[in-house]
Amino acid sequence: MTPNPEKETAPSCVEEGMKSPTESPIIHVACRGIAPCILLIGIYVFFHGHYSPGGGFQGGVLLAAGILLLRLALGPGLSQNIMPTWITLRLSAVGALIFAGTGLLTVIFGGKYLDYHYLHLLWPWLEPAWLRYYGILLVEVGVTMTVMTTLVAIYDDLLGC
Amino acid sequence: MKTFQYLLLLAFLGILLAAVVDLPPRGDLAAPAHQTVNLVGTPVAGAYYIMHAYADTKTPNMVTVILADYRSLDTLGEVIVVFVGGIACFFILNVRRRVP
Repeated sequence: MTPNPEKETAPSCVEEGMKSPTESPIIHVACRGIAPCILLIGIYVFFHGHYSPGGGFQGGVLLAAGILLLRLALGPGLSQNIMPTWITLRLSAVGALIFAGTGLLTVIFGGKYLDYHYLHLLWPWLEPAWLRYYGILLVEVGVTMTVMTTLVAIYDDLLGC
Repeated sequence: MKTFQYLLLLAFLGILLAAVVDLPPRGDLAAPAHQTVNLVGTPVAGAYYIMHAYADTKTPNMVTVILADYRSLDTLGEVIVVFVGGIACFFILNVRRRVP
């Protein structure tokens, strides 16, 4: 994708966003303190999906909320470090590919599509029930990546980054 | 026209209330949804899931088991819908920024 020649002269959204949208240090410090907590809760909800309400979709939304809070408070430029704009849609595709690739792996190993019992070639020492346990975890990783990065990507598209 | 709309809403309210009144009480073992074999004689999926979910996957959360194991193809479709939504937003919102 070649950049628009008219846009090349004007500073991009990321360069403009290097100065924060708000001058208030209270908002900066509060958001930079709260965002890691939200990310931590998101990771907890994701990994605890086997035992309590939660899972890939909810954990992904919480992780996206943590990143979007930084995007809102610090501006799109300063918050590029935690998740750059260019990586969002790529990671989203990778997440969907992890899900579909797990299914494809079971087909290659001789089972039906997404039949985690046939992942025994990956982890030969596990019982079938635990194979399904880790198959679910593998699939949830893909769901989380897709949901989190897609929400951030839509926000960045709306800003025009 | 306005009165017709209100009457239509009231009619729907009546239908919904009649349906809610006829629902079996929660935890009723005789309810059709809680049978292992339904009226036609075929096995019910929900009873199978409740009986086998933990033994099959060692996962206490039954919803996760159904979502990601028994019905994982459905979840794959959901993930692809989310991904396609992101791609569509990218192309619609960036349409002016690309070289014509």
